[in-house]
Amino acid sequence: MSYTLNVNGTRHTVDVDGDTPLLWVLRDVLGMTGTKFGCGMALCGACTVHMNGAPTRSCLTPVQSVSGAAITTIEAIGNTAAGRKIQKAWLDLEVVQCGYCQSGQIMSASALLASNPHPDDGAIDAAMSGNICRCGTYLRIREAIKHAAKSTATGKED
Amino acid sequence: MTSDHLRPVGTDGADDGHTIGVSRRAFLKAGVAGGGFVLGFGLPTFAPRATAAKPASFEPNAFIRIGSDGSLTLTMPQVEMGQGTYTSISMLIAEELEVDLSQVRLEHAPPDAKRYGNPALFGDQITGGSTSIRAFWEPLRRAGATTRVMLIGAAAKRWHVDPSECHAERGEVVHKASRRRIKYGALAADAALMPVPEKVTLKRPEEFKLIGTPAKRLDTPLKVNGKAVYGIDVRPAGLKIATLAQSPTFGGRVKSVDDSAARKVKGVRQIVRLDDAVAVVADHMGAAKKGLAALVIEWDNGPNAALTTQEIGRQLEQATLSPGAVAQNVGDVDKTIAEAVTKVDAVYHVPFLAHACMEPMNCTVHVRKDGCEVWVGTQVLARAQVAAAKATGLPLDKVVVHNHLLGGGFGRRLETDVVTRAVQIAMQVDGPLKVVWTREEDIQHDMYRPYFVDRMSAGLDREGMPVAWSHRFAGSSILRRFFPPAFKNGLDPDTTDGAVNTAYAFPNVRVEYLNIEPPGIPTAFWRSVGPSHCVFIVETFMDELAAAARKDPVQYRLALLDKSPRAKAVLQLAAEKAGWGQPLPKRSGRGVSLQSVFGSYMAQVAEVEVSKDGDVRVRRVVCAVDCGTVVNPDTVQAQVQSAVIFGIAAALFGQITLKDGRVEQTNFDTYRVLRMSEAPAIEVHIVRNTEAPGGMGEPGTAAIVPAVMNAIFAATGRRLRKPPADPADLKLT
Repeated sequence: MSYTLNVNGTRHTVDVDGDTPLLWVLRDVLGMTGTKFGCGMALCGACTVHMNGAPTRSCLTPVQSVSGAAITTIEAIGNTAAGRKIQKAWLDLEVVQCGYCQSGQIMSASALLASNPHPDDGAIDAAMSGNICRCGTYLRIREAIKHAAKSTATGKED
Repeated sequence: MTSDHLRPVGTDGADDGHTIGVSRRAFLKAGVAGGGFVLGFGLPTFAPRATAAKPASFEPNAFIRIGSDGSLTLTMPQVEMGQGTYTSISMLIAEELEVDLSQVRLEHAPPDAKRYGNPALFGDQITGGSTSIRAFWEPLRRAGATTRVMLIGAAAKRWHVDPSECHAERGEVVHKASRRRIKYGALAADAALMPVPEKVTLKRPEEFKLIGTPAKRLDTPLKVNGKAVYGIDVRPAGLKIATLAQSPTFGGRVKSVDDSAARKVKGVRQIVRLDDAVAVVADHMGAAKKGLAALVIEWDNGPNAALTTQEIGRQLEQATLSPGAVAQNVGDVDKTIAEAVTKVDAVYHVPFLAHACMEPMNCTVHVRKDGCEVWVGTQVLARAQVAAAKATGLPLDKVVVHNHLLGGGFGRRLETDVVTRAVQIAMQVDGPLKVVWTREEDIQHDMYRPYFVDRMSAGLDREGMPVAWSHRFAGSSILRRFFPPAFKNGLDPDTTDGAVNTAYAFPNVRVEYLNIEPPGIPTAFWRSVGPSHCVFIVETFMDELAAAARKDPVQYRLALLDKSPRAKAVLQLAAEKAGWGQPLPKRSGRGVSLQSVFGSYMAQVAEVEVSKDGDVRVRRVVCAVDCGTVVNPDTVQAQVQSAVIFGIAAALFGQITLKDGRVEQTNFDTYRVLRMSEAPAIEVHIVRNTEAPGGMGEPGTAAIVPAVMNAIFAATGRRLRKPPADPADLKLT
């Protein structure tokens, strides 16, 4: 069965089983490897993408459920205002270590910032605690989100 | 900084345009085609400077390539797994070469232990043990300085001036008197003909421009936009994806496989059966996983089918009743303890631990009749090549290995089982095959931090101070398997690291080790290696002695540190910054630890809060570290933060248990790691000096576990001798 997806503004038609997780369609069928596999059970957040702007774990999202949705991945998150600010903050504050989880972290963080321009610690915890980082970059992630939020607050564009 | 220092280069056979892995072939091609200046340097393997300065007597080793086109490429002998080594290593070279970090491009080294071997780890091409900076600190600065001298020489010759009138800055040679300057690239061809100087003078610390100043990481721009290529991301043309089930018991075998349902899954291409594993080959991982779930496999569980962790713990504890190989022996421990005013005894168990790198184990292999190509992120590049050669039966030079970024290593990627396994499967498949382990396989077929049992005994004098210290423990020796020559007389230098020659002055001390390899569970290095276990024991037992003596744990330690000024200084600093002694609410407490391992001195104070239900929350961690000369202070801070988070997960949740010979944990629900909402505030205070640099990737993990356990004691009065902290032990009744 084939399914048509809208990924980063481009339409793709794929011929896979309908229950195939979106993650594998992105990575293995479409060759977009920025979205990462971490657990396959929505426990770690490495596979986070946006569906109509909402952070979504692609490892448990069947491809048959996403037709019609606008899917955004790490490859294109820099085209959004929040995503661009988050990416810049990540580099400004040197958040990244091994970097493997950071696609998912950035997708979760940019969704947070887009919906809540001034997240407090509680909001950051709530939005980010589904994203595991074994390098333990949490403190810098927290600071970077606040840093990005400040650039929003002052209206400064990077 | 927005430039991408890890130059995107299409890996041979890769079909996407943004692969950053650099293949050996690409490296060699570039070296020839560039027509530039490749300078070889031997690694002096701890040889004194005078000897090391005669290149003719060394085997060549290449780190720097200056192209006539002005390109400046540094080849990284150590792999990047998040620890920041690509940046720190580049700083060492750039400091002496007089270039800006913004001017360099980086390449992964190919597998070649002769040129890229780690002098601190048997000359093997290994990234581990917090050795990168310690091992390459001098050779790479010398590599930079020698290159600079030759470039200056070439410019001086061209200008007919004395080299002493010239200097180098930002990738140019400058003749100040005539205000002439020339870029390195324009000098590349001439410099290649210059004699290699017999002696170069390295900068004095006060002359450093880069070393000691926070530098922006060179590997991160591609990691925030999805373009970085980890092993799991490679996509050679015609790639198929496989996932696998390995025998749930270690040493078990496949008895039968019914693959009729799996074969019907759309996208499944092939089922590969090995002696002890079954793999499903498919067009994509979704189909491979679905196929795997549809397999009906019957296992012959083999000799370890009844194994339990309890039994392993019981046997190890029993073993510690007998003497072990003596790692350290000063004075007369038995007599002193027998005559001591107070005797303190304790037995500790530390659990098996999984690594749980965020990037699950994976390896991509293309086996052809006449060769084999491997794509992988590994801490042991040369060993990966050997593993593939062995599994295929091909000669080593027919195996090409492409290194990629590592999505975490933590010691797991020091092992090549994943390469061997991928090759075994790929040998039965036409075309390139990526073998990706599910998280469940990754956890259940890890090679684990060993289980240890420690029997501690100490004698205290009238003042409560230790007059004798006895430490005897049993468990696995990783080095015995990993590098057999390092295991001698029942001992190896890693397993007892952190237990022997501690900073403390004990008039009588004995450390004994019993090498016992539990059957049926493979063990391996885990972040902070030997000290991950030994420092926990030493620092927790030290706390027990302080408690027995009714003394303050910090003051108690300080009294034993008169001969270790650097250790004393970090302990004092951590205690001061943490507000040691200031009151805390009920069920809250501070715990301290001190260590001298990996060439760095570190003290940590952890502040915890224990709920009525016994749940522990680490609120704040203060770390004081003296790692000698600091290369990138921002990385030192980041590595402490990282190592502390990693260690807290172990202290509070970490354990791998066996039942019926099978690992019980499967994924992040049953093998918990720390999350954002659980992360404490972490302060890092760096003592700056010009001592030789120490390692920083791992010390923070070893130090935090006892600090947390000691804080739990301070908060609750409960001494936990068997991590992880069990809420049932800490619950208010």
